[in-house]
Amino acid sequence: MKTAILAAGFALAALPAVAQDGVVLVQSTTSTQNSGLYDHILPIAEEALGLDIRVVAVGTGQALQNAERCDGDMLIVHARDAEIAFVEAGFGTERRDLMYNDFVIVGPESDPAGVAGTGDVSAALAAIAGAGAPFASRGDDSGTHRKELNLWDGVADVAAASGTWYRELGSGMGATLNAAVGMGAYTLTDRATWLAFENRGDLVILSQGDERLFNQYGVIPVNPAHCPNVNAEGATAFADWLVSDAGQQAIADYSLGGEQLFFPNAE
Amino acid sequence: MPTFLDSIRTALALIASGDPDLVEIVLLSLRVSLTAVVAAAAIGVPLGAALAVFRFPGRGALVVLVNALMGLPPVVVGLVVYLSLSASGPLGVLGLLYTPAAMIIAQTILVAPIIAALTRAALAEMLTEYDETLRALGANRIDTLGTLLWDARFALVTALLAGLGRALAEVGAVMLVGGNIDHVTRVMTTAIALETSRGALPLALGLGFVLLMLTLVLNAAVLGLRARLEGPAHA
Repeated sequence: MKTAILAAGFALAALPAVAQDGVVLVQSTTSTQNSGLYDHILPIAEEALGLDIRVVAVGTGQALQNAERCDGDMLIVHARDAEIAFVEAGFGTERRDLMYNDFVIVGPESDPAGVAGTGDVSAALAAIAGAGAPFASRGDDSGTHRKELNLWDGVADVAAASGTWYRELGSGMGATLNAAVGMGAYTLTDRATWLAFENRGDLVILSQGDERLFNQYGVIPVNPAHCPNVNAEGATAFADWLVSDAGQQAIADYSLGGEQLFFPNAE
Repeated sequence: MPTFLDSIRTALALIASGDPDLVEIVLLSLRVSLTAVVAAAAIGVPLGAALAVFRFPGRGALVVLVNALMGLPPVVVGLVVYLSLSASGPLGVLGLLYTPAAMIIAQTILVAPIIAALTRAALAEMLTEYDETLRALGANRIDTLGTLLWDARFALVTALLAGLGRALAEVGAVMLVGGNIDHVTRVMTTAIALETSRGALPLALGLGFVLLMLTLVLNAAVLGLRARLEGPAHA
């Protein structure tokens, strides 16, 4: 057993341990990673700030949980009400608008529920529910899932339909899109993940443009009063940079296949 | 839908290109999993040997427990290690969460029972065969242990390879405790999961083939070494 402890100790000692200065850990929603936004802006930010910025991409719900447990220095997420509640509970210092894009409803090209061209999102969802056409829900408490539940409110009782045409996957956006392709199902996705997604099969955008499909991203440094271990200085520097002209320009410059994915709107 | 041929082509092109990101990910996979197997062997071999050779109260229950732990779900181990290493957890002060060290700890927990159980099984079988001879020679338990470990060395290598396979292949634990951070904790399996979530299925499957080839090379190397060691004895 002594050798075991020695070996384990040696293995651990050989690796970087305690959170280092200059490292900023971001708990993030997945769309910003899956779309390649971080690959574009992080090198620019790291160069400008002299920071080592690391991203853990999980759903917004899990990101908020992880940050509340102090396992991150800042948040980039998209669930405005939950973000405000996070700051009000004292877990974050301040929440600022960062950028936006929008959600779209995608579904099979054959469109069994006939939602194509329906601008009104409630009408589109009502058509899906009415036809009993399969709908793939994230079901993971992410920002997109919360938005989707809001949209269903007053349109259909999806909790009662769960397991029939309404399918809660408990998965990330990418996994949900893969499943929707396999099931020929409709689903709600943010446009950035959709544009970056390569396995679309016969899914196409069927409903878009409703103002309720607006998707706002926010940035919040974790409060050092709640989490003394966080790199508050680094997190504030990165958050300030993101909402600065330089950061906003870097976000605006990112495009995929000629389409801009995120639209900066910090004040 | 991508064809398997496409993916194999992608895999070969990836390897041929020597893409620095891929090399980094492969090296981190190896570093994490090999370290975990060494640590797990340091725990599992003595434990398995003790379970095979020594008689003590509760031994039967411990054998059952170790065997059952071979089926530990990686995601549960990941969750337990995450909660332990989290800044609000009991070991948070170490600052190990989202580092390769956290991934090594999780994989060590997954692999140690496999090595312990396979070691015990190999030694126990050998012991029934050797027991009378060893007794006749007046060997004590420690001598017995040494003889058994030496004679079972090839079975132990198999146990280590089984453990390495488990470590290299699992994704649930390292995703949770490592966070799949680019250039820091991204390994083969988490990269595959990421590319799958991007819908980049040919690339994901291509990475899968790279991982498979890596496992093949490691196994071939170990078994080749074993054949060379064994060779003269049979000559």
